[in-house]
Amino acid sequence: MKMYLELYASLMHLLPPGTSRHKREIKVNEGTSVQDVIDEYHIPLEMAHIVLVNGVFVCEDRSQHILKELDVLSIWPPVAGG
Amino acid sequence: MSWTRKVLRVNLTTGNCTTEPLNMDWAKNYLGQRGLATKYLVEETDPNVDPLSPENIFIMATGPLTGTMASTAGRYSVITKSPLTGAIACSNSGGFIGNEFKNAGLDMIIFEGKAASPVYLYIENDTVEIKPADDLWGKSAWEADAMIHAKHQDPNLKIAVVGRPAEEGCLYAAVINDLHRAAGRSGVGTVMASKNLKAVAVRGTKGVKGLEKPAEFMSAVNDGKKVLADNAVTGQGLPTYGTQVLMNVINSVGGLPAHNMRDVGFAGAENISGEAMHEPRASDGKANLTTNGACFGCTIACGRISTIDKTHFSVKDKPEYHGASGGLEYEAAWSLGADTGVDDIDALTYIQFVCNEDGIDPISLGCTIAAAMELFEKGKIDIEETGGIDLRFGSAEALVAATEAVIAGTPFGKILGMGSKRMCEKYDDPDLSMSVKGQEFPAYDPRGIQGIGLAYATSNRGACHLRGYTIASEILGIPVKTEQADSDGKPELVKAFQDATALVDSAGLCIFTTFAWGMEDIAPQIDAACEGDWSVDKCLEAGERIWNMERQYNNAAGFTADDDTLPKRLLKEAIKSGPTKGQVSKLGEMLPIYYEVRGWTPQGVPTPDTLSRLGLS
Repeated sequence: MKMYLELYASLMHLLPPGTSRHKREIKVNEGTSVQDVIDEYHIPLEMAHIVLVNGVFVCEDRSQHILKELDVLSIWPPVAGG
Repeated sequence: MSWTRKVLRVNLTTGNCTTEPLNMDWAKNYLGQRGLATKYLVEETDPNVDPLSPENIFIMATGPLTGTMASTAGRYSVITKSPLTGAIACSNSGGFIGNEFKNAGLDMIIFEGKAASPVYLYIENDTVEIKPADDLWGKSAWEADAMIHAKHQDPNLKIAVVGRPAEEGCLYAAVINDLHRAAGRSGVGTVMASKNLKAVAVRGTKGVKGLEKPAEFMSAVNDGKKVLADNAVTGQGLPTYGTQVLMNVINSVGGLPAHNMRDVGFAGAENISGEAMHEPRASDGKANLTTNGACFGCTIACGRISTIDKTHFSVKDKPEYHGASGGLEYEAAWSLGADTGVDDIDALTYIQFVCNEDGIDPISLGCTIAAAMELFEKGKIDIEETGGIDLRFGSAEALVAATEAVIAGTPFGKILGMGSKRMCEKYDDPDLSMSVKGQEFPAYDPRGIQGIGLAYATSNRGACHLRGYTIASEILGIPVKTEQADSDGKPELVKAFQDATALVDSAGLCIFTTFAWGMEDIAPQIDAACEGDWSVDKCLEAGERIWNMERQYNNAAGFTADDDTLPKRLLKEAIKSGPTKGQVSKLGEMLPIYYEVRGWTPQGVPTPDTLSRLGLS
């Protein structure tokens, strides 16, 4: 199924070459979890700090959060500002 | 050095400059900088004083750690009564001048009265002179800075200076130091100019001394620096992307207000983000971001040094803006960008440059222009009134022209210089001002992120993120993640952030250290530097004492619980789309609990027991 992966800040380089800015359309199998995508794109555990699906924080076990068609998975390393 | 134990008092009416010992009884209860200078303000002025009258005083104050080896220990603050809000004002700045004050042997400078004609204060260690500034008046902060350096032929002179909008009475004028650092909020620059004080120039070479326990201090400082270096935020995130990395985060979580906070979510956010500042531009292949920069003693280095596309309409005929200078920070990029609907990063960077050049708070500027854009859209301001500016949301040209109008002091620029509250009242539409106590909002929507709304409503200096940055917990997970949509637990969270911040702001340290440091990292540094007991508990108690003292000042100045509120838009108009769709601020649920947690009456007044506990009776 089709979904979108967004990687920001120092994670942007983990997106495939040719990706425009942060966002990439990707294909995943039914039943794919958030953690599966994190693993597939080699995102270090400590660098997947802010993890959103459709703008909502994934606070539960990421391996239990199953992605759906057209979901947007967004990930940031530890960042701050203000 | 910790406290120098010396205060310089400058009476601008009489021209007398005297020194006096620092009140150490107060220092042991209010530490320094924000807390201690506010104590002096409270003791020496009537809370009902006209902020722009000679009777208001204006204090530049350092903390006991300012100028020491502690990381980020270069901070100083400006404390006075605000002309924008009528409440207490305390604006904190980095750069290098705080260290210079300490090396000249001064904890703080208290300015009284008003000079008969423009002056600047020159300090070289124990030499203090009030000098004429007629030639500096009418000049930008940058021009005046260069002229003072040339007069004294001293490149190491550190200068704090106001620009032309301050002279013209713009109510959100800043005090600029070191060219692009600012005591930015609440119109402290306007108070400085009202005293005919154009600048303060200081050179100090006395060195560091007076640490209570030097060996323990260095040990605590080194421990603290290691924590900052090892932390992913302070060691990597902030130096690489600066505060601007938040633009995409806050937009994605449904917390980025847009179009005078009418909307939440901005389609152009990624064009003005921290990541966008790294992208090469078409004209010359260079990125907006040239490098990062650090203030005195800072081991984080979050500062942005940027350039503008030389072919951009804002600067193509202005080569003076083609060099690198202080670039966009998140709050300014939001107010000038998302809130006005402008996603042109070069236009925003240009405006950031001129805000530094002439001393304007870019948060209040952007929000006031955004409110004017909504008034324009509603037909309450027409193009004749704007002086020909087609003031539509999304127009970079209009945004630049409106900013230049404020600096030039055109009739419409003067209206914008009133701030959004007075401007919207003038046009009989006060609900369009997105402000608390007359000060404009920073970059987080109180509907989408509940705790920050309570922090805005109860901030002692009007809407401000730096008085209780609950975003750290609600979005960034620092120190622990709380749910952004929940109001439960937020009164306790807000109080904890407010009290801890008051202490950090009184120490001489940068609040950004708290992305990595807890009070258990900070207290040992203060305790080793300063006389007295500065354990974690005592530090937190001092923070709470300072917060309550500020509250008492505001209450005495006429503020009540009715002022602890948010604009109707944020309480009544639900977010229309995105992940926070349907939400409004639950301030009404949180505020009574906050008062209770604070030990205040339901009317927002500290109880006698609370005052007694904190030594404020």
